[in-house]
Amino acid sequence: MKHTIRQVFRSPNFMFGFIVFVLLLLIVILYPIFVKYSPLEIIGQGTFFPPGVYVNVYDSIGAPRYTLNLDDAAANRIGSKLDDQERLDMKTWLVADGFPEDEIDISDTAKLMEQWENNYDPTVRIPGMTYANQMYYQRLNASLQGILSIEGVTIAAISAEMGALEETGTIPQSDYVNINQVPNVRVLPLGTDNFGRDVLTELVKATSVSLQIGLVAGTVATLIGLTLGLLSGYIGGLMDDIIMFITNIFTVIPSFVLLILISFSIGQEHRGAVTIAVVIGFTSWVWTTRAVRAQVISLRNRDHVNLSKLSGHSVMHIILADILPYIASYVVMAFILQISSGILSEAGLSILGLGPRTTKVPTLGLMMNWSLIYQAEILGKWWAYFPVIVVIALITFSMNLMNTGLDQVFNPALRE
Amino acid sequence: MKGYRKYFLNKAIWFLVTFVFAIILNFILPRLMPGDPVAVITQRATQGMQSASGIQAVYEYYQKAFGTNKPMLTQFILYIKNIAHGDFGLSFSQYPRPVLDILKSSIWWTIGLQFPAIIVGWLIGNTLGALAAYLKKGFDKVLMPVSIFVSNFPAFGMAVILLVIFGVGLNWFPTSGGYGFDLMPAFSWKFIWSVIVHYQLPFWSIVLIAIGGQAIGMRSMAIYELNADYVKFSRFMGIKDRKIIGYVFRNAMLPQVTGLALSIGTMIGGALVAEIIFSYPGLGYTMLNGVMGQDYPLISATTLIVTLMVLIAMFLIDIVYAFIDPRIKAAQLD
Repeated sequence: MKHTIRQVFRSPNFMFGFIVFVLLLLIVILYPIFVKYSPLEIIGQGTFFPPGVYVNVYDSIGAPRYTLNLDDAAANRIGSKLDDQERLDMKTWLVADGFPEDEIDISDTAKLMEQWENNYDPTVRIPGMTYANQMYYQRLNASLQGILSIEGVTIAAISAEMGALEETGTIPQSDYVNINQVPNVRVLPLGTDNFGRDVLTELVKATSVSLQIGLVAGTVATLIGLTLGLLSGYIGGLMDDIIMFITNIFTVIPSFVLLILISFSIGQEHRGAVTIAVVIGFTSWVWTTRAVRAQVISLRNRDHVNLSKLSGHSVMHIILADILPYIASYVVMAFILQISSGILSEAGLSILGLGPRTTKVPTLGLMMNWSLIYQAEILGKWWAYFPVIVVIALITFSMNLMNTGLDQVFNPALRE
Repeated sequence: MKGYRKYFLNKAIWFLVTFVFAIILNFILPRLMPGDPVAVITQRATQGMQSASGIQAVYEYYQKAFGTNKPMLTQFILYIKNIAHGDFGLSFSQYPRPVLDILKSSIWWTIGLQFPAIIVGWLIGNTLGALAAYLKKGFDKVLMPVSIFVSNFPAFGMAVILLVIFGVGLNWFPTSGGYGFDLMPAFSWKFIWSVIVHYQLPFWSIVLIAIGGQAIGMRSMAIYELNADYVKFSRFMGIKDRKIIGYVFRNAMLPQVTGLALSIGTMIGGALVAEIIFSYPGLGYTMLNGVMGQDYPLISATTLIVTLMVLIAMFLIDIVYAFIDPRIKAAQLD
């Protein structure tokens, strides 16, 4: 036993899958301890805020200010305001004005601005340019001048007596606040989803729920499969015929279809995460039954089983002591695969709109479902769907690797 | 041909028995659930209605339409009768369109998409797996991890990623629908081209998933066969490598055919979800619409049709298998 376990942990496939899986588990367990945000709290007013550090504007005005004279501040400021199209337009104007084209580099903001400032003249008429275009360039120039101005922003407050605006201070362009001194900063590493919920916190919770769904589904499926397989294989006869008849039928009828039918029939109100997990378990025991039955049949007439029978041990004792230990490795491998396929089934069901009820808990499938309903993939909001796909892929990948590793240890024929 | 008769008969009987069970399950599962489905449907249909007698009338109408006021056995006979006539009732969400009509318009999209995709994926996957087993070294080292990763990838994930890269990012292919939304189905070049363009992303997302799984299976089968005694013996006999490989792959292929029969249900399930992601007008999308519209007759009919599709596919594979595996003929002749 000890030797086998040591061998299992020496298998590179198993170890790799195991490490990935344990890391995922650790994140799922540790994250809620350190980050105590509620996973389903709606914090954003609006959909799909991009990932980043969100600093409270109101607080940052009141926070202590530090003056930093950084050379590239102005260029960065302009750079973030100037989009690619505007840069191209500027280049077009300059070239049309007779400026040598090869000296213009639209990615170098500072140089482009300098060339623009030195050469642009709103009164110049470029031949062939429409009036609308001319006005466009004048507006563009005006907005650039606005960015280029070196004056700060004035803060005003409504005075209590007069009801008029009163200047209370100015913020020069060179002022900075230290993010640690702003009381309200929220880091949203994966932005928010369509409801305005923190995606990362939700994702961690969803992973944990999905793993639990997989675990429950896997346990139910393995228990049913194991029981039926043992009964069918060990007792045989009529019992075997009946069980195999049922098993054969359920092998052929796609479990996905059964799953849809049952989930739909249960109705929206009764579909909790646990119910879905149990239903998934009830539709995926077939392969375990077949594998266990085949193993038990080959074990049934071994000498040690016969000896046990002769010694007058009960059927229960024989199954538990003489048969189960021999098929344990198969059962464990089947269990691992059931967990990962259970997670996939939940995701597939949820995308169809048949997943667990939405208000209580997030699951990976539900997150996927919502991001698809809100068309995150078309709108380019990658943070709403991509991390979910990655987590699902990591879970199934790690479990399958573990399974492959175990397979190689217990099935010497597969070793390379 | 004579040797096959018993085999085919056996398979056909199994096919029929399973189909009957599928129908029974399709009938009985929704009726086993707690609660009164007719009450739920009535509630939905009468939202905003004030008069109690009106609601009562609606309830009785639906009760009669579904026959839930009759005993279970009578209901079942009625159900079978209707199915035999192809009468799946009227859709709730697209009332008064018959369910049969909706299915007729969507089933060909699904068949046209999934079967070619699964067969192409199966062929490519097996070729790659066989090559990996034979060439080993670099090819194997690259192909295997990629295949393992891809085959573990959820089908909908692959669909979304292809959609984002080729549909949204590169803008090569349209992102949704079976043909351009500005077109009417017709036999024009424009329409056919539109269908072909819309076909690509869903097709390849199914193919890629299939390739991964098949390549892994084929590789381990081929490695197993390459180490078999008959290969060594043939080598000692001096038979050409090319000929041996022909035998090896034929033998390795056979379990893969059975594997296809067993996994086709799962594959179709995954592909239905992929259809949803591309809003492809097939059965998957119809099913989604049914769920969204709480359309009970539509869902029940769709699940039955999908089951029937899977059963027929398995039956066909079993028949093909009989022809390529001579051992079956031999076994039946005994």
